[in-house]
Amino acid sequence: MKNKLKLFIIVIFLSFCFIVFYKGLNNSNIYTPKINDKKNIPTFKAKDFKSNNYINSEKIFEENSFYIVNIWASWCVPCIKEHPMLIQLSKNKSVRLIGLNYKDNLENAKKFINKLGNPYSQILIDNDGTIAVEFGAYGVPETFLINKNKVIIKKFVGPINQKIVEEIKLIIK
Amino acid sequence: MKITKIFFIILILMCSTQSKANQIEEELKNKILKNIRCLICQGQSVYDSESDFANSIKLIVERKIVDGSSEKQIYDFLKEKYGQWILYEPELSKNTYILWLLPILLFLFGGAIIYKNLKINNKD
Repeated sequence: MKNKLKLFIIVIFLSFCFIVFYKGLNNSNIYTPKINDKKNIPTFKAKDFKSNNYINSEKIFEENSFYIVNIWASWCVPCIKEHPMLIQLSKNKSVRLIGLNYKDNLENAKKFINKLGNPYSQILIDNDGTIAVEFGAYGVPETFLINKNKVIIKKFVGPINQKIVEEIKLIIK
Repeated sequence: MKITKIFFIILILMCSTQSKANQIEEELKNKILKNIRCLICQGQSVYDSESDFANSIKLIVERKIVDGSSEKQIYDFLKEKYGQWILYEPELSKNTYILWLLPILLFLFGGAIIYKNLKINNKD
């Protein structure tokens, strides 16, 4: 009786291990941080792309409107792909687009904007990538939607597509 | 002459104190960086990685140490931005109870079995 109980416990334990590992096989082993946690916008100081002067984040987000912060770089190929989507969004009057130029060469960034158009109402320079970290970004491109209460309500990792544009339009309507 | 000697001794003492402080800061920085996971090249710590993300995190940790932030404050900052997973050594929380307590329970369970067997052998 005792041996049977021991065997039963071992079988149950091994079955439990098998199920856990089998389920684990289907999980992605690439971690992505939680992307829909609502957070307040960080406070930071950044250099303006045009004037080269430092501006405080309070000054950047002072208007009572929705904001989109888009992290981009001229060396980033997916950024070229998402650029027409940003141009499309920039035509919407209820949102202001802020570009965060990430670890880029200034001349290349200027060429990129001149060639593909400027969807941003303001571009900030993030030479060392620390402002992107303040936003909780870890790659390029990433896009953040900020509401009128200055809370990040959505985060999109990777290039935005038409579906995301429609989703944003629905939120800011 | 005496004043010059005293001046040099003070200068040497100040330099050695400064270098000791720098060494402590460097050790703390390395300790923290080794416990942060690089989210781009997963499986490597930020200390080992040379990705853009890792380099930015290195800069932020360095600045926060210089600003006087404690190790816990730096971890809390990173956890707030990227979640608990960014740390290699997870803290004790309701999600990690099993992770921390299971080895202790298994150790106690194993110890109890060994103790019981020894007792039986001694009786024999």
